Amino acid sequence: MEILAVFPPLFAFLLAGLFGKQIGAAGAQFVTCAAVILSAFCSVVLFFDVVFDQDPRTVVLAGWIASGDFSVNWALRVDQLTAVMLCVINIVSSCVHVYSIGYMSHDPCKGRFMAYLSLFTFAMLMLVTADNLLQLFFGWEGVGLASYLLIGFWNHKNSANAAAVKAFVVNRVGDFGLALGVMATFFVFGTVEFEAIFDKAPELATHTFNFLGYELHSITVITLLLFIGACGKSAQLGLHTWLPDAMEGPTPVSALIHAATMVTAGVFLMARFSPVLEYAPLTLQVICIVGGLTAFVAATIGLTQFDIKRVIAYSTMSQLGYMFFAIGVSAYGAAIFHLMTHAFFKALLFLGAGSVIHAMSDEQDMRKMGGIYKMIPFTYGLMWIGSLALAGIPLFAGYYSKDIILESAFADHTWFGNFAFWLGIAAALMTAFYSWRLILMTFHGKPRADEKVMAHVHESPAVMLSPLVVLATGALFAGAVFYEPFVAGDHHEPELVAHEVELEREVEAPTYEGGHEESVWNRHAFWGESLKVLHENDTVQAAHHVPEWVKLLPLFMGLGGIFLAYVIYMWREGVAQKLAAGLKPLYNLSFNKWYFDELYQKVFVESAWGLGRFFSVSGDRKIIDRYGPDGVASASAGIAGLLQRFQSGYMYQYAFVMIIAVIGLMSWFVFRTGM
Amino acid sequence: MVDFPILSLMTALPLIGALFIFFIRGDAETVDRNAKFTAFYCSTFTFALALFMLGRFDGTTADFQFVEKADWFPSLGISYHMGVDGISVFFVALSAFLTPLCILASWTSIKKRVKEYMIAFLVLETMMIGTFCALDAVLFYVFFEGVLIPMFLIIGVWGGPRRVYSAFKFFLYTLLGSVLMLLALLTMYFQVGTTDIPTLMENPVARDLQMWLWVAFFASFAVKMPMWPVHTWLPDAHVEAPTAGSVILAGVLLKMGGYGFLRFSLPMFPEASAYYADFVYWLSVIAIIYTSLVALVQEDMKKLIAYSSVAHMGFVTLGIFTATSQGIEGGIFQMISHGVISGALFLIVGVVYDRLHTREIARYGGIVKNMPKYATIFMIFMLGSVGLPGTSGFVGEFLTLLGAFRVDTTVALFATTGVVLGAAYMLVLYKRVVFGEAVNKDAAAMKDLDQREVFIFVPLVLLVIWLGVAPGYVMERISPSVDKLIAQYETALEQTQVIGVEPAAGETIWTPEAMPHD
Repeated sequence: MEILAVFPPLFAFLLAGLFGKQIGAAGAQFVTCAAVILSAFCSVVLFFDVVFDQDPRTVVLAGWIASGDFSVNWALRVDQLTAVMLCVINIVSSCVHVYSIGYMSHDPCKGRFMAYLSLFTFAMLMLVTADNLLQLFFGWEGVGLASYLLIGFWNHKNSANAAAVKAFVVNRVGDFGLALGVMATFFVFGTVEFEAIFDKAPELATHTFNFLGYELHSITVITLLLFIGACGKSAQLGLHTWLPDAMEGPTPVSALIHAATMVTAGVFLMARFSPVLEYAPLTLQVICIVGGLTAFVAATIGLTQFDIKRVIAYSTMSQLGYMFFAIGVSAYGAAIFHLMTHAFFKALLFLGAGSVIHAMSDEQDMRKMGGIYKMIPFTYGLMWIGSLALAGIPLFAGYYSKDIILESAFADHTWFGNFAFWLGIAAALMTAFYSWRLILMTFHGKPRADEKVMAHVHESPAVMLSPLVVLATGALFAGAVFYEPFVAGDHHEPELVAHEVELEREVEAPTYEGGHEESVWNRHAFWGESLKVLHENDTVQAAHHVPEWVKLLPLFMGLGGIFLAYVIYMWREGVAQKLAAGLKPLYNLSFNKWYFDELYQKVFVESAWGLGRFFSVSGDRKIIDRYGPDGVASASAGIAGLLQRFQSGYMYQYAFVMIIAVIGLMSWFVFRTGM
Repeated sequence: MVDFPILSLMTALPLIGALFIFFIRGDAETVDRNAKFTAFYCSTFTFALALFMLGRFDGTTADFQFVEKADWFPSLGISYHMGVDGISVFFVALSAFLTPLCILASWTSIKKRVKEYMIAFLVLETMMIGTFCALDAVLFYVFFEGVLIPMFLIIGVWGGPRRVYSAFKFFLYTLLGSVLMLLALLTMYFQVGTTDIPTLMENPVARDLQMWLWVAFFASFAVKMPMWPVHTWLPDAHVEAPTAGSVILAGVLLKMGGYGFLRFSLPMFPEASAYYADFVYWLSVIAIIYTSLVALVQEDMKKLIAYSSVAHMGFVTLGIFTATSQGIEGGIFQMISHGVISGALFLIVGVVYDRLHTREIARYGGIVKNMPKYATIFMIFMLGSVGLPGTSGFVGEFLTLLGAFRVDTTVALFATTGVVLGAAYMLVLYKRVVFGEAVNKDAAAMKDLDQREVFIFVPLVLLVIWLGVAPGYVMERISPSVDKLIAQYETALEQTQVIGVEPAAGETIWTPEAMPHD
């Protein structure tokens, strides 16, 4: 079952990739969709097995690398956290696979596209089922590769190729941290297997080691390095610049990779490492601050973008920020909860946007849309559902997950928790605003596209709309249904506290004697040992006791944002332009994405190329060659000329080299040893 | 074990083939064809022998296997001594594997002096296999230096326009090292009284002498690797060499340096190796960063890959001198993997060079449309070079870094930047050559791989993925020899400390005790 949940997409990829010609486009579409749907089915079965029977398991497949005391296996570890991820990935991926049949129907390379999607799915599954850091790294790089291939899918476009390379290289900067984190983990823990690491973490809570010449707290260093990796993959502030550019890829790719799954890998990694992170308060603090800033900054950029996909991309980045600051206040369950609901409603929004783009003859600029809601009512309705979920309106999925995150941040009662809380509140206002700005600019007002495009506007075919319905169901109900098991508070709190104090103040999964029903619908039982929270960090519990205004504020922010959007883009024409002119500096900052790209271009890209040119010309040719072989050659040729008076023959060139070398060596050695 | 002298047979077979080719007579066309077929069959048979040897190789022992020993100059204590252990066996196999592919790759691109070319290649194969099998220092030296002659000719006769300059530079650099190594070998001979490598490995010379000898050997091996700053011959040699020459150069010749470090420097001069380790680390780190940056700005495909080779070899030297099992095994694995990947990348460049006769990156672009097979295969090797997990490139790179991290975190930090830069230059190369708009019509009109070319690449692709997913086959056979090497190395260092040689000021000797335990 574990194997069936993970490997079918790999075979589909190989089949569609290697024998694409033989089986044709339709064959490739069938094989890949069937494989992913099979995996989705198996992961749901697994979910019930693992979660209801509380039966996490690890299946070892084969040995991978063994060297000295270092050894890792290929293995599938399925615990509660993985089971949730498996379901999310496979279900969203199935939707995207099916949707792509319709979306890519005019593309000449359908088979290749489907193969890449399956490759991505496989890599992502390997990532979440890893039982050690190295296999996780395999999946991590694998999804990066698939992302690179899919962003650059239209490889005749230079902008797409540039975006693909940028995505890969910026991710590699994150991987630099991740790789060092893996090494440091091995150095400190003596293993990279999760189980062993987590067992050892409490013992090593105060362990230090020498890193870069300083004696530093081991777990903090390790988790910070891993966090750098997470920042790269999950587009956190600083390493986020690749995500908006990644929108060059076909829209199903944006939905699957750059909204629902791959970009959440960083959140998954941090949640997976909760048993270690709990002993690194400084890291948690850093994660919290970075997450809060990301949520805020990305939201401000989203306010002014005109490309429909970029708006959603920045919204994704902003929502990822929420997940990270949830991690930062130890609300891991809340982060994964939001990860799941976000996967549904953001994939829905992206695919909906894809449906719009499809209808508008591949137009992505919202300034050239408008007035089409009557022509594509179904898409319009689905976009509403997605946006309501994103804005956190009650009963929709995002309401539950976003609120619990904000409440947890508030309940943390630390300065950084508050910092993130207020940034998150501000971001919530902006989120609702740009979501309705998007809806109003895209669907309402006067049509701004030319007549030819408008004449061609059409509702998407059923093969594209039916996956949207599945996702919309998730966006509607995932929050309400899973709220209890993921993040609900404890009912018997006082007893539990007393009980836990004895257990070294750690929250253990209490074993209930009752039937399945009772035991599962409780967050401790639900997550089992896959997430670990020290009792004093249990903000999810505390979140249920925050003041009433904290619970209501996000809702008001959401409603306020929607109202503002209506005022500016529907009821008062021209206000948008006036505001932009009135707040010119702020507008420019937002519109130019806080100038990150320009800064990086100057500081990193140009200096790397400059150094490269300098080393190439000055270093290699003007210094090493000139004083090295060429110098020796010309000198020896000159001296050989002199020596020819005594003897003839080129042997002396070499003899000379030999003598010079020996003398040089001797003098160097004498000088060195001071003899 | 086998009951016939398999190593000598593998070494001699190409030479015999070369002799056959030498005596081929007839009109030009027949001679060329017969020369090609003789060379191909001969090298293929050698490869079959190599596979047989791998099959019979006992992966559980660190001893030398298939040993042959005969007196050569008995009065001087020099013997003909051959044998392989876990460190060398895969290099023998790699040499035997790449040669037939190289001959196939030269099938149509070499048009002049085909007979002599094939002779040169077979002689080269003999020298390569001999180098990795030799267990007598004099014998080793003969093969090690003998490699230069056919390579010098291959570059100088069949190379590009600046071939003479390149061949000269190549010769000059390598000779500089060789001469010093010869002096060192003579010194050792007079000290220990034998040139038998296993005996020398068991009896390290005195510390003061080690310092000298290490430097002399280092000069030779560092040039071969090549390490910064004696690397500048490599880009020139690659650029001018014919495709197959580049493949062997990158695939096998560069590994002789690393092999030399493992066979001579580490076991015979353990204290000197520990003493100079920091020096090697920093040269390696400079190599990784410096040459990666240089690779970034190259306009010539072969030069770019040549510089990337220097960077990859930086990981090897770094790993070897950490003297940890991850570092050394990773270093060996990285050399094997790089032999396959960089060899394949030069073949990849050769494919388009044969069609368009230019190596300038800007002359290509948008070729994916007409050459999908080529683009796919190029992609796999590009990813291998980048070190993507699942390809062989990852295993070696990661293990060497892991070894480095245990010894010096700062070095590991700087070396790890190589993974970012490596991704940058390879992806940019790939993007410019394969993707984009088809600006150059002649480039876009090139034909995709033909059957012969696919036949060359398929085994390479399979090897890159197999080694990446299941490196166990190789790692298991390497590790007993590496374990023994490390054990001897550590014993030697401990003994010095027991005897109480005061470390010089500022000297850092890595010992197991110095390594922090958790």
